[in-house]
This record gives sequence, structure tokens and C-alpha cells, in this order.
Amino acid sequence: MTAVQVIFYLFSLVAILSSVFVVASPNPVRGALSLVLTFFAMSGIWLLLQAEFLALILVLVYVGAVMTLFLFVVMMLRVNVMSLRAGLVRYLPFAILLSLLIIGMMVIVVGPKQFGLTHLPLPPALAKDYNNLADLGNMLYTNYAYPFEIAAVLLLTAIIAAISLTHRKPHKRKIQNITKQIAVKRADRVKLVCMPSAKKINLVNKPSGAEQ
Amino acid sequence: MMNIAMPLFSAALPEIFMLCMISFILLIDVCLKEGYRIVTYGLTQLTLIAVFLFAMAQYREYPYPIVTFGDHYVVDKLAILTKLWVLVASFFAFIYARHYIKGRSILYGEYYILGLFAVLGMLIMASAYSFLTIYLGLELLSLSLYAMVALQKDSAAATEAAMKYFIMGALASGLLLYGISILYGVTGSIDILTIGNALQKGLHVHNPAMIFALVFILSGLLFKFGAVPFHMWVPDVYDGAPTSVTLFIASAPKIAAFCITMRILVQALPMLSPAWSSILVVVAVLSMFSGNLLAIAQTNIKRMLAYSSIAHIGYTLLGIISGPTSATGYSAAMFYITTYVIVAAGAFAIIALLSKQGIELDQLDDYRGLNARHPWLAFMMLLLMFSMAGVPPTVGFFAKLGLLAALVEAHYVWLAALALLFAIIGAYYYLRIVMLMYFEEPREDLRSNRIAISPGITTAITLNGMAALILGLLPSALIDVCRISLG
Repeated sequence: MTAVQVIFYLFSLVAILSSVFVVASPNPVRGALSLVLTFFAMSGIWLLLQAEFLALILVLVYVGAVMTLFLFVVMMLRVNVMSLRAGLVRYLPFAILLSLLIIGMMVIVVGPKQFGLTHLPLPPALAKDYNNLADLGNMLYTNYAYPFEIAAVLLLTAIIAAISLTHRKPHKRKIQNITKQIAVKRADRVKLVCMPSAKKINLVNKPSGAEQ
Repeated sequence: MMNIAMPLFSAALPEIFMLCMISFILLIDVCLKEGYRIVTYGLTQLTLIAVFLFAMAQYREYPYPIVTFGDHYVVDKLAILTKLWVLVASFFAFIYARHYIKGRSILYGEYYILGLFAVLGMLIMASAYSFLTIYLGLELLSLSLYAMVALQKDSAAATEAAMKYFIMGALASGLLLYGISILYGVTGSIDILTIGNALQKGLHVHNPAMIFALVFILSGLLFKFGAVPFHMWVPDVYDGAPTSVTLFIASAPKIAAFCITMRILVQALPMLSPAWSSILVVVAVLSMFSGNLLAIAQTNIKRMLAYSSIAHIGYTLLGIISGPTSATGYSAAMFYITTYVIVAAGAFAIIALLSKQGIELDQLDDYRGLNARHPWLAFMMLLLMFSMAGVPPTVGFFAKLGLLAALVEAHYVWLAALALLFAIIGAYYYLRIVMLMYFEEPREDLRSNRIAISPGITTAITLNGMAALILGLLPSALIDVCRISLG
């Protein structure tokens, strides 16, 4: 086994185990953190495939930005883990059956017999001064210009959808209405309650006027 | 430097113009005051009309298929006709939507803009010639639809429906992508043309990985279609979504989904037709069976039509199954899906029209004695229901007839017999609505409830209902068009 193979299997093992843990972990924060680990392992595999730029982007964008934000959201939300687990026992047999079926198919199909070097030739060795980034740019802005533009439109749609679903009325948005705040009257906020005064005043002096 | 062939921008004129107009409308809508929202609506409809004209012009301009943009884009008869149908269906969907969203807490501008993005996604799907563009178009469409379902923010049902739709849709996209990745692994390409040619030469045909890829791609597609066993989301989404959005989901996207199915199955993987037609036989029989049977048990008309749409997708698949051996199979399927879309849009439009502000009248009981309350609307519903059931003078009859003829020609007589049996079962629940409308008394509380419909909407619904009748009386032109586009 060559060194490259050892590294490949190491990264693959980490990727598989951590992605299993994403689903299985009882704590959403730990789940998100194991997803970060999965991304790291995947970027290692991409590095082995000589896709250096994409590997770095995966770490920078997904680990650095997307997952950080995701973790933030997970911490902010109070996720009720128990309610997420409800029905687990009921669906588990189906889930195991389906997973075994799909894994079985994968084991049969995805292997050297179908994807070996007899089917696809080894890509030619890259030149010393080969630039991953330049190649990617060339592809993206020539042959793949059309899909690239569509992806941009997709992002625009996502922005519009997200804004219209969260930040636009009619919805309970936590926002100050300044006009209302200024126009407020004393009667709206303060209610004077007539209470019988206490008969015996305690010696410990309570601050007066702490009426709510 | 590498030499690049400049893409033929004029070929993609409909999409480019549409994108420019969407951006323009987006900017205009931001500046509009509350009372002038009609401008957004008007511009939206004008855009659809203009794009329709551009696509029309392309039909004459490009008699032969043109592949450009680095083999990611194609203009052929199938693409152009799909676009024309999608645009017409969306035009009507927006007409009906305007009435519906007026009285509800649905964001006006965003509704049309997201709708236009969905239409753009469908146009991209129609012209997609690589798996990458197919996927991106599909995502653009789906993403807009998820948001449109959730736009009615004060409705818990709509939010739930959007969530279900989103999760199921994401799963389907994952399946589709996994299939595409395997396909790429085997053939080394994501071009439909390249894959088709490689298979034609006999390469990879006996590779089990191809079947593996096919299964995953097919599952993704059937998920989007809403065929059994991937139909779970259909009733919940159709029921929970605002009716105008249900109308939109039930109409134009079906045609676009049919177009990409033709591209993938017939243009890229025709050599695997024994494999995919046997999968589709099972799916079609299950869809017709459970769609028609479960529809009988429904009391909510939106849910009923959702199950009926599952059954109709099953019928459409019959045409695709018979396609490889029968000359008319594919065109019969296209005829079926286009006419179904017209009819479904009309039926959902009537449900949307009957609902008053805040009250959804979508129970079967609400249709009791509709004839006494609004005879014309009841007559239109009668035509639409007859067409769905396949009663002779309407177009649904010819659609089913074409499919059965194709099936018999392809020696699937048993399948034709089954389809006929399920059609008879299905006729029960369509005719039950007609019975309720004509032979029953209106419910007490609805008797005095006047149905007020503006003349514009009446014209639209009349056109829609009459289309079901007139296309049934004179179906040959549409059949020819379908045949040309898939010839």
C-alpha cells in the first residue's frame, strides 16, 4: 500500500465516521461540528485528487463561513432533541432495510470492476507549472458560462426567497416603532393601583415608588 | 490561450430577455407605493407575452436543432414547444393568482417575482442539453416554488406544506445528483449528446453501473413528477399551499418535467429503454392504482385533485413506456400532459375563485348545488371534470385514446386494459363532483353567499374550460404539434 493510499483511506474513514455521527449525534451542536470534520476530511481527499483550489475553498467557505453561521443558528435555536427522536423506533426497521439495500447496491456497483482503469484511462500527468485556478477560471467563463450564470440567478432567487420569508410583513417582527414610542401617553404605560397601605411598616426600609 | 467558440446568444433570447425583465421588475417593485402594485402584475404578464413571442419567432427561425453555450443549451422543436406551453400555463396561473392573493396576507410583489424565477427555471429546463443545466433549471424552479408555498405566512398549513415540499425536494435532488455523478463516472461526460452517442456505439451499455445511475436519476425525476412510490408529498403540498400556488405547481412544472424526462430517457439513455420501461411499468401501474383509489376517499377537493394528478402522471408514463416501440407513444404522452395541465389549471382556478377572503371553500360539500349559485362556473367545472374523467366530447377522451392506441401498438395490451379499468374507477369521483353540483341543494350557509367574479377572470376561466371542449372537438392540430416536436 502506497503512502497515498494510506492517506486516502485515512481521510475516507474519518469522512464516513464523522458523517455517520452528524446523523447519530444526540446533540445538534456536536452534529454540526462533526459536519465540519466531514468537510475537512473531504477537502483532504480533494487535495489528493489535485483539486487544490476547490479543497481550499471547501475549507474556507464551508468550514469558515457556512458552518460557523450554522453553528450559530443551532446554538440560538432551542432544538428539542427528544421530539426529534420521536418515532425513531417505529421507522428504524425501514431505515435499516433501505440503507442496507442501497449500501448493498453500492458495494456491488461502485468498484474497480466498473470504474477501473480499463473503463477510463488515467488522466495525463500535469505539468510542473500547472495552475489549477487558471484552468478552473478558463472553464468556468467559457464552456460553463451558461451554467455559471444560472447558478448566479439561483443565488439571487435564494436571497429574494429568504428575505420575503423572514423580513417582510405580515409577520411578527421584533422591530421598534419609533412613532408609537414617541406618541405614547402616561396612561398607556403606567397603571396606578390603589392598595390599602400596610398596617405595620417593617423596619427594613424598602425603596419606595417601586411600583410596576 | 484556448480558442473559444462564441455562444450564439440569439438562441437564448427568451431566457436572457426574461432575466433582464425580472431584474427590472424587481427594481420597479421596490420603488412602488402600496396602491400601484398592479404595475408589477402588468409587467409580469407583459414579460410572459413578450417571451412567448420571442419563442414563437424561434420556432420559425430555427427549423433544425441548434446546440450552443458549450453544449449546455439546445433549441429544438421540443424545447420551443415546451416553452410556449409553460408560458401560456404560467400566464393563466398569474391571472387567477391575482384575484386570490388580493384578499390574503401574501406578499404581492414577491409572489410574481418568485413566479417569474420559476418560469425562468422551466425555460432553462426546456432548453437544457447537459445534466448540469437540467439540474440547475430544476433547482431554480423548485427553490422558487418552495418559497411561493410558504408565502402565506399566517397559515400554519402552508408553512408545513412548504417544509415537507422542501425536504422531499432536497432529497429528490440528492438522488438525482448521485445518479448523475455515477453516470459521469461511467461515461466521463454530462452532455446529453455525448452520452447518447457513446451508448449508441455500444459503450457502457452492459455496465451495471449504468442501471444503478438510471435508478437514481429516475427516482429523482419521479419524485418531482409525484409518481408512486415518490408521491407522499403531493397531497400535503397541494392541500396546504395557497390554492393559487397549488394551481401553479400542478400546471406548468409538469410540462417542464416531461421535457427533461424526454431528454434524459429518450435522447441520452435510449439504449437503456428495456431497463427504464420496465421500471416505469411498475411505477405507472402503482400510480394509476393508488391515485385513483385514494382519490375516492377524499373529502377535500384539493386533496382529491392531488391524488388525481398522481393518477394522471401514471397515464403520462404509459406513453413514455410505449414510446420505444410505438411511433406515437411519446407524442401521445406529450398530448396527455399538456391537456391535463390545461384542465388541472382550470379546476384549481375554480377552487381559488370560490374561496372568499379568509375562508377556503375546498370541501366537496361546498360544491353542492353550485349550479344554482353560479351556473356558468358549474358548467365550466363540468367540462373540466368530464375531461379529467375522459368523457367523449372533451379533450381528456382523445388524450386517453391516443395513449391506449400507442400501448396496443407497442403490444402492451394488458397494460391498456388496466389503464382503462383504472380510468373507469377514476370516473366515479370526477362525476361525483358533477352530481354534487347539479343534483344537490346548496348548503344552507352558502345559499345567500353570492359568487362575485370580475369579467376578466370570467373570460380566462371560460377560455380554459372551452379549451377542454374545443381541443376535444378538434384535437388534430395539437396532436400534430406534439408529433412534430418529438419527431
